[in-house]
Formats: sequence, C-alpha cells, structure tokens
Amino acid sequence: MVRERETPKQQQQVSYTVEQLVAVNPYNPDILPDLENYVNEQVSSQTYSLDANLCLLRLYQFEPERMSTQIVARILVKACLSSSLYLFRIMYQLVSRLGYVIPNASFSFFPPAFLQALMAMPAPDFSLCLFLIPERVQMEEQFKTLIVLSHYLETGRFRQFWDEAAKNRHIVEAVPGFEQAIQTYAIHVLSLTYQKIPRPVLAEAINIEGLSLDKFLEHQAANSGWILEKGHGRGQLIVLPRNEFNHPELKKSAADSVPLEHITRIFPILG
Amino acid sequence: MATTYDYDEAPATYDEGRHQDLGYDPNFVPDSVKSFVVHLYRHIREKNVYEIHQMYEISFQTLSDRLFKDTPWPSVDAVAHYVDNDQVFCLLYREMWFRHLYARLSPTLKQRIDSWDNYCSLFQVVLHRVVNMQLPNQWLWDMVDEFVYQFQSFCQYRAKMKNKTEQEIALLRQYDQAWNVYGVLNYLQAFVEKSNIIQILEQEKEGLEQFTATDGYDYSGGSNVLKVLGYFSMVGLLRVHCLLGDYQTGLKCLLPIDISQQGVYTSVIGSHIATIYHYGFANLMLRRYVEAIREFNKMLLYIYKTKQYHQKSPQYEQILKKNEQMYALLAICLSLCPQVKLVDETVNSQLREKYGEKMARMQRYDDEAFVIYDELFSYACPKFITPSAPSFEEPLVNYNQDAYRLQLKLFLYEVKQQQLLSGVRTFLKVYSTISLGKLANYMEVDEPTLRTILLTDKHKTHAVDSDGKIISNADVDFYIDDDMIHVVESKPVKRYGDYFLRQIVKLEGVINDMDRIKLE
Repeated sequence: MVRERETPKQQQQVSYTVEQLVAVNPYNPDILPDLENYVNEQVSSQTYSLDANLCLLRLYQFEPERMSTQIVARILVKACLSSSLYLFRIMYQLVSRLGYVIPNASFSFFPPAFLQALMAMPAPDFSLCLFLIPERVQMEEQFKTLIVLSHYLETGRFRQFWDEAAKNRHIVEAVPGFEQAIQTYAIHVLSLTYQKIPRPVLAEAINIEGLSLDKFLEHQAANSGWILEKGHGRGQLIVLPRNEFNHPELKKSAADSVPLEHITRIFPILG
Repeated sequence: MATTYDYDEAPATYDEGRHQDLGYDPNFVPDSVKSFVVHLYRHIREKNVYEIHQMYEISFQTLSDRLFKDTPWPSVDAVAHYVDNDQVFCLLYREMWFRHLYARLSPTLKQRIDSWDNYCSLFQVVLHRVVNMQLPNQWLWDMVDEFVYQFQSFCQYRAKMKNKTEQEIALLRQYDQAWNVYGVLNYLQAFVEKSNIIQILEQEKEGLEQFTATDGYDYSGGSNVLKVLGYFSMVGLLRVHCLLGDYQTGLKCLLPIDISQQGVYTSVIGSHIATIYHYGFANLMLRRYVEAIREFNKMLLYIYKTKQYHQKSPQYEQILKKNEQMYALLAICLSLCPQVKLVDETVNSQLREKYGEKMARMQRYDDEAFVIYDELFSYACPKFITPSAPSFEEPLVNYNQDAYRLQLKLFLYEVKQQQLLSGVRTFLKVYSTISLGKLANYMEVDEPTLRTILLTDKHKTHAVDSDGKIISNADVDFYIDDDMIHVVESKPVKRYGDYFLRQIVKLEGVINDMDRIKLE
C-alpha cells in the first residue's frame, strides 16, 4: 500500500542538507537552482519537503521571471500526495523514537496505538502552495487540472478523482507512487469515518476492483487487522481498524485532567 | 509626570496662519522643537527610559498636533547642531520624521526612497556597531512596525503603474534596491539572528537568562536595542509572510514566542494586537479554526477590558480598527467551525451585536452567503502585496489588487468546499442514529453524494498543528457503520481544575493582603 519507504535513513540525510540550506538562507536567491534540483530529486526518490518547496515558491514569487512552470507543477503534484507522505513521516518518527525497527512494511506492522495517533488530516499543503502561485500561472491548463484533482480529494469525491486522473495520465505518471499515495490517503479518510464500510464504496474510493480487490483485502486482513464480514444480503462489509475517530468513545476525556502549566501557578503557594 | 521638560508652557513662537502663507520652511526650527530635541537627546544619553518614553509618546504627538498638522517636522540638518551632530540621534530623528510624514501627508517617491535609505543606515548601525542605548519598547516596536508598513505601502504604490510619470518610472528603475523584498526580509532576519533572541528565549525557560521578566530592558548597563528589535522582528516576519500569503512560514517565524503566555510582545498594545491578528489570520487560512477562535477570543476580551486606558494613545484608532477586523475574522471562523463554547460571553454578545445577522446569513451557503464571506474577508484581511518589481517594458498596468484577489479567491474556494457541511451538521445534531438513505433524502442529495459530504466533514474538521499534534475542530462527532450514521454528542468540557486553581491563587492573594493590614 505505502511504497515510499526504500531506505528512510538515506532519505533523511538528503533532506537534511537541503533543509539546512533553507534554514540558513531563507531569503537568498542564490539557492534557487539547488531547490529546483531538489524538487526533481523528491519526485524520483519519493521524498518530500514542504519547507524547501515553499521556499522555492517564495523565491519564484520574488522573481517571477525565474519561475519554471514545470517545477511548479511538480511541486503541486507532490503537495497533492503529501497526505500519505506525512502519514509515513509521522509514523516513522513515532516508531523510530521508540526503537522499533522499520520492516519492509505496510501499516500492518505498526501497533494500533500509533495508528490512532495518525488518524488526523495532514496540513493542507496544496492550498499552502497555491497561495504563493500567481493567478495567471494557475490559469494554465495543467494547473487547472491539478486544482480540479485536488478539489476532488479535498471533498472526498474519489470516483471523480480517478476518472479525471485517468484522462490525464501524463501528469499522474510523471510522479512515481502516485496511485499508492492516493490510495493511502483514501483509506486514511475512510477509516476516520467508517467502522464498517460496504465493499463497493471502498472499491470506488481506492479504484481497485474484482480479483485485485480480493487480493488487496486478503492482504489487509492478514496484515492490518481488517475484518471481512458478510453484510445483510448486499455483499461484503469491511470492518476497519478502531481509532478514536470512528470509535469516539476511545477519545480520552480531557475533563478530569489538569495540564501541568496550570498546576505550576500554585507552586509558590504549595512551596 | 515628573518631566523637567516644559515646552507646553513655552509661548507659541510659531504662527500657523503665517506659515500657511509662507509655505513650509524645512529649516525653520521653532523653540519648542529645539527644546524637544535637546531634551530627548539628553535623556537618550542618560538612558532615562521613562523620560524618553514620555517625550516619544506624548510630547512628539502634542508638538505634531500643534505645529505640524499638515507639514513635515524641521529637516534633520536644521536640528543636527543642537544635538552635537550625533549620527545615531539624527538617524532616529529622521525615522520619526518620516513616520510623521507617512501618517499625516502622502510621501513622494523620493521620500519613500530616502526613508528606506535612512532605515538601512540606522539598521546597519544597530547590527554592526555597539549601540549603547536603552530605548522604550514602544519605540522599538514602532520601528519594526513602521518598517514593514512602509514596505507594504511601497509595494502598493509601485503596483499602481498606470498613473506613473516618466520621472517616477526613471526613479523606480534607478533605485531598484529600495524596499526590495529580499532586503526587507534579510534585515528582519538579521535582527533575529544577530540578537540571539531565539537562544535567549530558550535559555530563559531554563532560568539562565532574563528577558521577559525585565520586559526586555537591560538593567545592568547594557543596551536593549538589538535584543528587542530582534524579538519584534519575529512578529515583523510573521506579518511580512502573511502579506505575501506564506502563512506556514509566517507562523514558523513566530514559533520562538510562546503566545499562550504573557511576553514582551504583550508589553506594547500595538505589538500584542499585530501578533494575534496575524497569528489568527494565518491559522484561519490554514483551516485551524479552533486555534484562531481561541486567540481572537482572548485578544478581543483583552481589548474590551483595557480599551479605556488607550483612549489618549496615538494608536487608539488603530486599536479600534483591528478590534473590528478581528470580530469580522471571528465571525468567519465561527461560521466555518461553530465552536461557540470557546468564546467568552462578553465577546460573544459583542459579536452577535456586530455580526449576528450576517452570521445567520452565512450559514445558508447560497450566493448571498458568499457575498458576505467575501465582504468580511475583504474588510478584515491584511493588505496583501505583490513583492516583485513591475516589468517596465510591457504596457503599464495596475497590479496592486492581484495579490488580494488571489487570496480572496482561494479563501472563497475553501468556503465553497465546505458548502454543504453546515447543513449536514444541523441534521446530525438532532439525531443519535440516522440511515444514510433517510439523511440523503432530507438533504435532497443522492447517497453517494452524502457519503462524500460526510468524508469532507471528517477531513475538514481534523488538522495537524505545528507540532504534528492532531487537532479536531469538530463540534459533532459521528461514524458510519455500513449505512447507518451514529452521532456522538460532544458535551462541552467543564474545566473545573482551571477554575479551582484560579480561585486558590486568588484566595492566597487575599489572605496575603489581609496579613499585611495592621490593625491599630
């Protein structure tokens, strides 16, 4: 399901140097070529750095004559996919902090507790990028398509998304891992919402059908704790893993906890 | 007021009627101005922050009102010999000179460029030489604030290309470095770095350094200028990035300041408001409505309670304007994310008074609702800028509205994506379970569409904050089991813990006060 893992270690090192470049030179036009190369690198290595890309868009905004629309398009595609990359990154951080070894893996290897923490929507990277791209550029055909695609994702219209994507193979295929990333995102939003989801609804959202779907479900059942149930008369139901958003009763009650910073106020008195 | 400085009683030597006839003489220095600069110079040398502050806040305004209502102050050359031609004082004087000019008259292009030069010289001195001054926070904040304002004003001015004279265009080409966006950002960034303010704030948390406790002032003989400029520059960077539409980066610049607490940023009302206004706005654009609502609420409550103390301040009008704008932004946030329980009763009743009717219409999500979103956003948003220089070759067109139109369009796009959510929430609030079919029927949409609306609701109400923590903006929780929607009422959480802790502190205070009273 999620493929962008290869060697997370390496990936971190690469992003370290360019991100440090950005940190030291946030407003330096000289790093523009490095940032452009880095966008291409992100596309081929399936990594992602929002900060570096925002920095590049900022430099384009300051000097529009240096803007490459091709690079901008790539940034936007990456931003579209950012959801799943975020999930992966957060998960990676969580897991490595606790000393787990990352297996060549899917969601299944992560303890359910982590999954719960991950079930939140990532930052709206796509709009963050659009805020910085001049309107006349956004009017170009390829950007219009991307904006429509992102709109479908933002409003949960996966059927329309896959249809539109099929019409624009050249955009989608330019970026490795596109399909898997969107499927990850779809499953993520679905598991925020559903306890049990009818098979056709799932099929439509992840654009997998028939035998491939059977195989996919089997894999998820074996690895990610999905349960396949017989629905009442209308085919299969899939029970998605529990998290605090599809099982609100799991939400920690904040009512009886007092944050430490509040307690500190009375430290002098207690002293 | 224990000031020795008594220009108020000095006989008026300047007849306003006469000056109108003669026009403005930049070299004429009225006695009261002479006295003003001499005293201000002395207080600065003696590091008398209190007196500097009095003269800066009160005397300067009074003199401006009396003598320079619609003319500039005397030129720096005319006053320089009263202050030993002190370079730094002259730079500070010119900074005020330009600020007064911008506030009361309209600056020419040449003056805009000269003001930029003056800022460069002043900032170079602060950054690269040892400055042995102690200036009031108010003044240092005004410097950063004005610097960003003049940058914004310049961008707006430059973007109106249509009516430019040939001479102006020639000047713009010649001085293409004036108010250059890299220059502006790099000065602010240089203050942040050179002052080590981020490390100072870090170390303060461990008790190794004092900054907030002394309001940024240095009581051991040093200077507060670089440190406090560095501090306020973080707010300046937030503001510039908001003007550019780069909200993520803006919030990142503010990160070292903990806005959940009092800090030096709250020591000056202008800085307090600018910080929260831009912080809230950026969060609104990032869909973190709960965060925006929380901070706007706190700020509006604070202004409500302290307004009367600022009535005589030169910033009073500005305070009221930002107050109104933040109410408009709060109305937007609450319409997109109805979390009224986060809003204090006082603020809420003010809000209802100002925007109650409009908010009711915004809930409708028809074309009229969009008109109101448009209206409130346009009224309350920052003055967005296009930072790049125009192309002088092409036919000259105005592009001063471009940046604003783009941000407005993207905002309304977001509103449109959330169009059907308020409708679905209204239904969910009155059911504990309802089938998809039935709800689809009520909402007059088909079932697949309803599923997408519900997914959108989940998606739009959950965001990740800057620490990667999940924040839920949802006021109605639900989940779907096959084709049945289950709704979980989210009860408002009563924070008894906080309440008791406050009362404990209060009681302790009362007991201490009583202990101090000696009964005869």
